[in-house]
Amino acid sequence: MSDSPAAPAAFGTAVEIASAVKAGERSALGVLEEHLGRIGAHESSVHAFNAVIEDEARSRAMEIDDAIASGAEVGALAGVPVAIKDNMCTRGVPTTCSSRILDGWKPPYDATVVTRLREAGAIVVGKTNLDEFAMGSSTENSAFGPTHNPWDLTRVPGGSSGGSAAAVAAGFSPISLGSDTGGSIRQPASLCGVVGVKPTYGAVSRYGLIAFGSSLDQIGPFTTDVHDAAVIMDTIGGHDPLDSTSATDGHGSLESVLSDGVDGLRVGLITEMTGGAIDGIAPDVLARVRAAAEALAAAGATVGEVSVPSSVYGLSAYYMVAPAEASSNLARFDGVRYGLRVDGSNTAAMHTATRTEGFGDEVKRRIMLGTYALSAGYRDAYYGSAQKVRTLIIEDFDRAYADFDVLLSPASPTTAFEMGAKTADPLAMYLNDVCTIPSNLSGQPAMSVPFGTGDDGLPIGVQVLAPLMGEPVMFRVAAALEAAQRLEDGESR
Amino acid sequence: MSDTTTGRREPTLPDGWELVCGLEVHVELSTATKLFCGCPNEFGAEPNTNVCPTCLGLPGSLPVMNGAAVTSAMRLGRALDCRVQPSVMARKNYFYPDMPKDFQTSQYDQPTNEDGHLDLPDGTTIRVERAHIEEDTGKSTHVGGDGRITSAEYSLIDYNRAGVPLLEIVSHPDIRTAEEAKAYVAELRGIVLALDVSDARMEEGSMRVDANVSVRPVGSDELRTRCEIKNINSLSSLGRAIVHEANRHVDLWTTGERPLQETRHWDEEAGRTRSGRSKEDAEDYRYFPEPDLTPLQPSEVDLEAVDASIPELPAQTRARLADVAGVTPPEVGLIVDRGQASFALDAIDSGADAGRVLVHLTNNLADGVGEMSSSAFAGLVAMEVGGELSSTQTKEVLADMVATGRDAPVVAAEKGFEAMDTSELEGLLDGLIADHPGEWERFSTGDEGDAKKMAGFFTGQIMKATRGQADGKVVAQLLNSRK
Repeated sequence: MSDSPAAPAAFGTAVEIASAVKAGERSALGVLEEHLGRIGAHESSVHAFNAVIEDEARSRAMEIDDAIASGAEVGALAGVPVAIKDNMCTRGVPTTCSSRILDGWKPPYDATVVTRLREAGAIVVGKTNLDEFAMGSSTENSAFGPTHNPWDLTRVPGGSSGGSAAAVAAGFSPISLGSDTGGSIRQPASLCGVVGVKPTYGAVSRYGLIAFGSSLDQIGPFTTDVHDAAVIMDTIGGHDPLDSTSATDGHGSLESVLSDGVDGLRVGLITEMTGGAIDGIAPDVLARVRAAAEALAAAGATVGEVSVPSSVYGLSAYYMVAPAEASSNLARFDGVRYGLRVDGSNTAAMHTATRTEGFGDEVKRRIMLGTYALSAGYRDAYYGSAQKVRTLIIEDFDRAYADFDVLLSPASPTTAFEMGAKTADPLAMYLNDVCTIPSNLSGQPAMSVPFGTGDDGLPIGVQVLAPLMGEPVMFRVAAALEAAQRLEDGESR
Repeated sequence: MSDTTTGRREPTLPDGWELVCGLEVHVELSTATKLFCGCPNEFGAEPNTNVCPTCLGLPGSLPVMNGAAVTSAMRLGRALDCRVQPSVMARKNYFYPDMPKDFQTSQYDQPTNEDGHLDLPDGTTIRVERAHIEEDTGKSTHVGGDGRITSAEYSLIDYNRAGVPLLEIVSHPDIRTAEEAKAYVAELRGIVLALDVSDARMEEGSMRVDANVSVRPVGSDELRTRCEIKNINSLSSLGRAIVHEANRHVDLWTTGERPLQETRHWDEEAGRTRSGRSKEDAEDYRYFPEPDLTPLQPSEVDLEAVDASIPELPAQTRARLADVAGVTPPEVGLIVDRGQASFALDAIDSGADAGRVLVHLTNNLADGVGEMSSSAFAGLVAMEVGGELSSTQTKEVLADMVATGRDAPVVAAEKGFEAMDTSELEGLLDGLIADHPGEWERFSTGDEGDAKKMAGFFTGQIMKATRGQADGKVVAQLLNSRK
C-alpha cells in the first residue's frame, strides 16, 4: 500500500491550517495550491469528485489572504479547503446527486452548512461523488462512475458519501461534508480510515441538502482527527430558522470538551452487534471493537454489555421508511422545471421518459419499494409497522442509556470490500448498514473513529453511539479512542 | 342530519328522488406571505415573480410553517364550531406540472379542525366534517387546441400561487337542494369575511367550490355513487351545476344505468357537466406525515386567543338586527350579507323607523351607502315617515345623499321638495272630478276591477299635475275618503 494515494492530512489538519493561515505563516492560496496539486496527481485514480472548482476556490483563497493582510477578522476555518458531497446545494455550481436527472442544474442558493463553512473562512474546492441520491454503500451507484478507496484502489470507499470520505483519506482536502441517512457517513469513514460524524437529528440544518429520507437525513463532517470534527460540528451546527426540524436547544461547544477524558463514563458494548444476533460481523472488526472497549477501560471508563433487542429489525424498518420518503422526495424530478427532460407525446409520457432515462436502477428500485410501502391497503402493514419498529428502537436505546453513557459497536461489518463484489446483490449491499441504521431511526448521534486495521491491513472504524444531543460525551469517548490508537501506533513502530 | 322531509327536496328533480350533496370549499387565506416561505401572497403579480426555492420546490428546499395561516385556520374552525385540535401536515402524492414538488402538503388523518357545523339562515344545519390547511398549486395556461391540457400545443405555468395557504372546508352530504348549497356557500363566505381571513372572491378563485353530487329515492338513507363537479365559478353556476348533475343521475338510474364515480367539469356555456378524470386514473395519494414539518400543537393560551378574536358572525348579526327591527332573521339576510348591518343598526339607533330602514337598504342601497352617514340616513327616514317627503322624493334625495354625503333637509330644499299639503291636493281633485265625471262614477260605483283602474287614472292625473311630488299613499287615502 506504499504506492496508494492515501495521505490523510497531507498538508495538516484543518485546525493546523487555519492557525497557520491566521498567523500569516501560510497563505490560503498556498494551502489551496498544495491540495489542488494532490488532486491533480491522484484524482484520476480515486475519482472522489464530480467537480473541482479551482477558479472559484482560488479567488476565495485570495480574498481570505487579502482579509488577513488587511487585519480583518477571519473565521475559525480560514483558508481550510473543504469538499462538499454533491447532494448539498452550492450557489451557481452544478449539484447533481450523481444522477443524470439533475443534468445542468445549478442551484440559486447555498445550503445552510455551506453558508456557515464559507462564513468561517473555509474554501469549497469541489463537489464529491456519491451513490446516486445517496442510495448505496459503495459509491458504485454513481452516474459518473465509481470512487476508489485511496488505501486500495481495487476496493470501494464505502458509501454513499464515498467521494467525501476518499477526498479526506487521499489528502485532497483536510475536511469534507457528507450526509448520513442509514450510515452514509460512518460506513465510508470506517472503510477510509477517517473520522465521520452523524449528528443528532436536528443538530445540523438540512436546508439545501437534497432529501433522500427526510426524517433520517443528517449532514456531518469527515475529518482526519477528532479535534477537526469538533470544530466543524461547532461551525455547521445550531438552529436554522429555514429548517423546521432543526433543534433550538443544541448541545453546546464540542471543541471545549475534548480534553475532559472518560474517567467514570459507562460504556456499553451492543450485544447484538458484537457477536450476538446480527450475523456477518467480521472477526477482525469485532476484535478492534473489543480492543476499543479495553482501551476505554484503561482510560478510566467502566465497560459492560447491553442489549438493544429491536436493533435487529432496524434494517427492515429502514427499507420501508427511507424508500417511502424517497419516493415522495424524488417525485419533483419530473422534467418540468429543471434538470433532464426527455420529450414525450404528453405530460405523463414526458414524466415517464425523463425518469426512466434520468434515474439509475437502485434509485428506481427504492422509488418502487417506497411507492408500494405507501400504497392504499399496504401502508399500515409496511410503512405503519416500520414506524412502530422505530418507536421500539428508540425505547430500547432509552433503556440502554439509563445504564450507559455511550454505546460501542462496529461502524461497518467488514473492512473495504472489492469493487463489484456486491453490486449484483442489493441485499448484501444493504447489510453494510446493519450497525449504523438504528441511530438514524432513533435520531441519535453516532460517529466512526478509526481504530486500527483489519487482517487485510485496511482501516477499521469503531462506532460510538450516544443519546439525543449526547455529542459532548460521544466526542470525549472519540478523543480517548484516538489517543489510545496513537499510543498503539507509536508502540508498534 | 339525514333529513328527508318533503320540505327539503330539490324541486327540479322528478318526484320520488332527492339530492344528496356535500361541498368542498377552498378558501385562500389572505396572509401577508405564503404558507411555507416568505414570498408575498398576492393576486395578479407578473407571472413567476413571487417565488423562491421553497415554493418552487427546488431540490434541497424546506418548508417553514406560517403561523398566521394556522391562526386563521383555527379561527375559522372555531367559527364553524369545530373541534380545534393538535394536527399534522401530510403529503398528498400525485404528479401534476403546476405542483412544484409533485406532492401537495396538506392534512390527512389529523386535520386542524373537525366535526363542526354551519347553520343556514333558514335554520337548516349542515354538518362540517373538517376544515384543513393545505397549500395551493401553481396555475397552468394551456396554449393552442381547445385550451384544455389534452389538446394544447404547450402550457405555461405561473407558480406565484404555488404555496398560497388554503383552508379546505368539507361538509357532510347533508345538502338536499341547490338553494341550500348556495345558501351554505353564501353563509360560509359571510363568516370568512366577518373573520377577515380571506377576500373569498369566487370569480378570482380565492374561494373555490367543488360539489359532490348523488341522488337517491326519497325515504332511503343510502349513499349512491357520487360525482365531483369542478370548475364552478359563481353561486348561480353552483345551483345550475347541481340541478343538472342530479337530473343526469336520475336519468341514468331510471334507465337502468348507473353513474360512474368521477370528476366532472361544469361547462357554463353548454349548461352541462363533462367527464374529467376517468375512473382508470383513480389516484392513490399515498398520504404520509410530512417529515419536514413538526406537528401543530396549539396551547390553551393559543386557543383562548383564537376564541377571543372571533367577531360577531353573520347569524348573530341577523338575529340582532331582526330583533331590533321586529322581523325574522331571513328578512335581513341580504343586508347582513352586504355588510350593511351595522349601518342599519346605527340608523335605527338614531331613531329611524326600522321598517323603512330595511326597505331602503334592501331595495335602494344595493350598491352601498356611499358617502351617507347613518345619522343622515335616519334624518331622511324621519322626513319620509313624517310626510315631509313622498316616497318618490325620498328616493331621489337618497341617491343624492349617497353621492354627496349631504344632509336630507339640505338636499330636499335644493330640489324644491316641500311637503304638499292636503288642501292643495283636494282642490286638484275637485277639478279632476268636475272634468271627468264619468270616470269618477266608475271609480265610485263600479266593480272592483273598474274601481282599481279608475284609481290608477286619478292618481296618475294628480301625479302629472304635481310632477310626481304628491305622496302616493296620501292620494289613495284622499280618493277613498271622497268615494
